[in-house]
Amino acid sequence: MTIPTFDSLNVGDKIPGLKTPSVSRHTLALYCGASGDHNPIHVDLDFAKSSGLDDVIAHGMLSAGYLAQMLTNWVPQSALKSFNNRFTAMTQIGDTVSCSGKIVEKFEKDGEKFIRLELYTNTPQAQTIVAEAVAVLA
Amino acid sequence: MIDKKHIGYNFPPVTLPVEEGRLKFLAKSLGETKGIYTDPDAAKAAGLPGLLAPPTFPFMLEIDALDLVDFMSVLGETLDKLLHGEENFNYYAPIYAGDSITVCKKITDIVDKKDGALQFVISDNTFTNQDGIIVADTRTNYVFRHQ
Repeated sequence: MTIPTFDSLNVGDKIPGLKTPSVSRHTLALYCGASGDHNPIHVDLDFAKSSGLDDVIAHGMLSAGYLAQMLTNWVPQSALKSFNNRFTAMTQIGDTVSCSGKIVEKFEKDGEKFIRLELYTNTPQAQTIVAEAVAVLA
Repeated sequence: MIDKKHIGYNFPPVTLPVEEGRLKFLAKSLGETKGIYTDPDAAKAAGLPGLLAPPTFPFMLEIDALDLVDFMSVLGETLDKLLHGEENFNYYAPIYAGDSITVCKKITDIVDKKDGALQFVISDNTFTNQDGIIVADTRTNYVFRHQ
């Protein structure tokens, strides 16, 4: 991994994106078990229908996990100081999740150099997460 | 409607082991292939004491510490109304397989939206490792749909 430096980056720069395979019921079953989020709305069609949905929906944190993966593909996790996710729409079975991000601010504080990123996940239908992260760089 | 008497409620602290198998399973479920998240030998070779927990892992500790079903029963609510509104992380130190993390969870606010059609339950969570170091804190916004 070539770690980007503070000086090499500019506000407006995009970071390398990530696009996932389509989210399947199997994806959600694995994530249900692995994450510990056992809410049946993500894996049990009968429960989802009785909750007023047409089908199960993906865990929001699954997409947040993809976003985090995009970040740690780009910088070491130790650079990450904060990661704030707002879930804005549901991800459906069959959706691909496209992760993207751009630098919106560079600043220095207490002798360290930081970048602020705006991050998004999108399915073919909707923007599903609007997120912000701050990373410290050399 | 969720009673606002719960604002300020501190759940009892829960201490949880960070298990290597769990981190491998989580990496698999996310399609993560980087060795420091999937291969203990690669993590050691990178100078880490064990597999590195990914950035979203504190949320898993939060729900391991308090099962969602038990959380709902405290609030007098049911899972079918629950959506995840926000999940915000601050990071202070890494979490590795083999760590032991104490989770402290507090309900810090309950906010009515849209004339009570929605309620937001805000919880603040602190994660402290076996050396007494706060490794992360998080703020979770649980959204309840009252229809």
